[in-house]
Amino acid sequence: MKILGRKVKPARILVYAILVATAVTMLVPFVWMLSASLKLSKDVFSFPVEWFPAQPVWHNYVDIWTKVPLALFIWNTSKLTVIVTLLQLLTSSFAAYAFAKLDFKYKNALFLGYIGTIAMPWQVYMVPQFIMMREFHLNNTHLALICLQAFTAFGVFLMRQFYQSIPDELCEAARIDGMNEYQIWWKIMLPLSKPALSTLTIFTFVTTWNDFLGPMIYLTKTELKTIQIGLRMFIAQYSAEYGLIMAASVVTLIPVLVVFLALQRFFVEGIASSGLKG
Amino acid sequence: MAVTAPVRKPRPMTPARRRLRNNVVAYSFIAPNFIGFAVFTLGPILFAFALAFMDWDGSNEMTFAGLRNFWRLFSDDVFQTALWNTLVYTALTVPLTLVCSLLLAVLLNQKVFGRNFFRTVMFFPYVASLVAVAVVWNMIFNPAMGPFNMLLVAFGLDPAHLPGWSADKNWAMVTVILFSVWKNMGYYMVIYLAGLQGVNPELYEAAGIDGANAWDKFRHVTIPQLSATTFFVSIMLTIQCFKVFDQIYMLTQGGPGTSTLVLVYHIYNEAFISWDLGYASMVALVLFLLVLVVTVVQFRRERDA
Repeated sequence: MKILGRKVKPARILVYAILVATAVTMLVPFVWMLSASLKLSKDVFSFPVEWFPAQPVWHNYVDIWTKVPLALFIWNTSKLTVIVTLLQLLTSSFAAYAFAKLDFKYKNALFLGYIGTIAMPWQVYMVPQFIMMREFHLNNTHLALICLQAFTAFGVFLMRQFYQSIPDELCEAARIDGMNEYQIWWKIMLPLSKPALSTLTIFTFVTTWNDFLGPMIYLTKTELKTIQIGLRMFIAQYSAEYGLIMAASVVTLIPVLVVFLALQRFFVEGIASSGLKG
Repeated sequence: MAVTAPVRKPRPMTPARRRLRNNVVAYSFIAPNFIGFAVFTLGPILFAFALAFMDWDGSNEMTFAGLRNFWRLFSDDVFQTALWNTLVYTALTVPLTLVCSLLLAVLLNQKVFGRNFFRTVMFFPYVASLVAVAVVWNMIFNPAMGPFNMLLVAFGLDPAHLPGWSADKNWAMVTVILFSVWKNMGYYMVIYLAGLQGVNPELYEAAGIDGANAWDKFRHVTIPQLSATTFFVSIMLTIQCFKVFDQIYMLTQGGPGTSTLVLVYHIYNEAFISWDLGYASMVALVLFLLVLVVTVVQFRRERDA
């Protein structure tokens, strides 16, 4: 077969056909969402689909901010995500340094505590965890969500794996130069572990930003809600306002899209190298 | 000019003292994470096992229930439906996702035009917020006016016999499965792409010399070479499927009826709707056992490898 004067194998055409068809399937919901967000609710379901609305209803994007505290939800989610990610990075890399480079009593037993729970689904212990948090009067606080997401076995495990690939001689040399362990961690290990740190950052960011069941159980007050459950509340309240719902959905997708496109490389490398996150 | 600075001799440390100091330093590294981990994860896990053998509504006094919660599993039709639905969901989602992600990875591992664009597009649904994509998905698959069914009508399907998708008890599970495959296959594609990096290109050359075509190479080189990756992906996928909740809550709320009710949904209902915490923990224990079986299989295989 010839296309544009070049010989093309039929197999090649099949490959592109499959790829294009799949890409369209992946993208159509987003494109439809975008186009519906610029329509009046009564026009959203008109068929055939008008992909580019002749008279885009930009007003949807103004109205959503007043109908529902969307800005507050975004702020809540960003706050939670940043705090959880920072705590996770800091405490995991700190603990992982000891597990990878130091010798101490009960090292194996403590590490087994982490490993033993890495496969434990959160859903198995979410009930007692909630009851405990309620005893601490932490339900309906952001602190509860921070506490349950910031200290994970996964973080420690990932960082320890990376630190183990750094030669011990580096630490030995630094010790001879008079550095103490904290300085070695801060001045040598942290700068060297940027790839692992960025992997962990991305995983934690996406998990926290997209977390659904946790906020749903813990946060019942509107002013505390995160973007996921806030958006859900909005959908329940304005179930027939399709245009507005779509506009709000687009707004919630933008931060993820920006972060994803900016950090995509680390993302893919992270999954490829660890492939662990469950 | 050799002026030697007075060197302060370090106080000699006894081995016992040094060991103690090393331990203290090490524990100071571990403590911030471990204390949080022990309080908010380890504690609740132990509590969960105990709670499964208790009767408790969260406010009145807790009483010991013995095996009562366990026997109740056998008479609870909703639990059995939830377990069955979870297994059906897993049995269909795992192979479908596996095949799609493997196929995409193989295609995108070649030199194709716009490779990075395609990879990005396939991966994006995985990071997109679930609530936003679930709501748009339900609108597109709205049985009465959604564009997908309208398209089917345009292709000549009888409007009286259109699939009801998430609103129809025969189609709800299909809808959830299709959604899950759509949302997650990009993630597993990336793992497969990493696996493909480890396949020795000489194997393909050798197969080519032997006269193998693309399909033969795929069957006799790619698939066997990727068996470790496939195993890993199936394990991860299976565990993910056992834990499914979010997309079901957003798409069907477990319905219609109990047609998409799954284990975690049952745990959620028993705990946070009925406040039957002991029984909810017993159902959670079943979930744990399912995941444990899969983990043990993985562990044994890794040990034998």
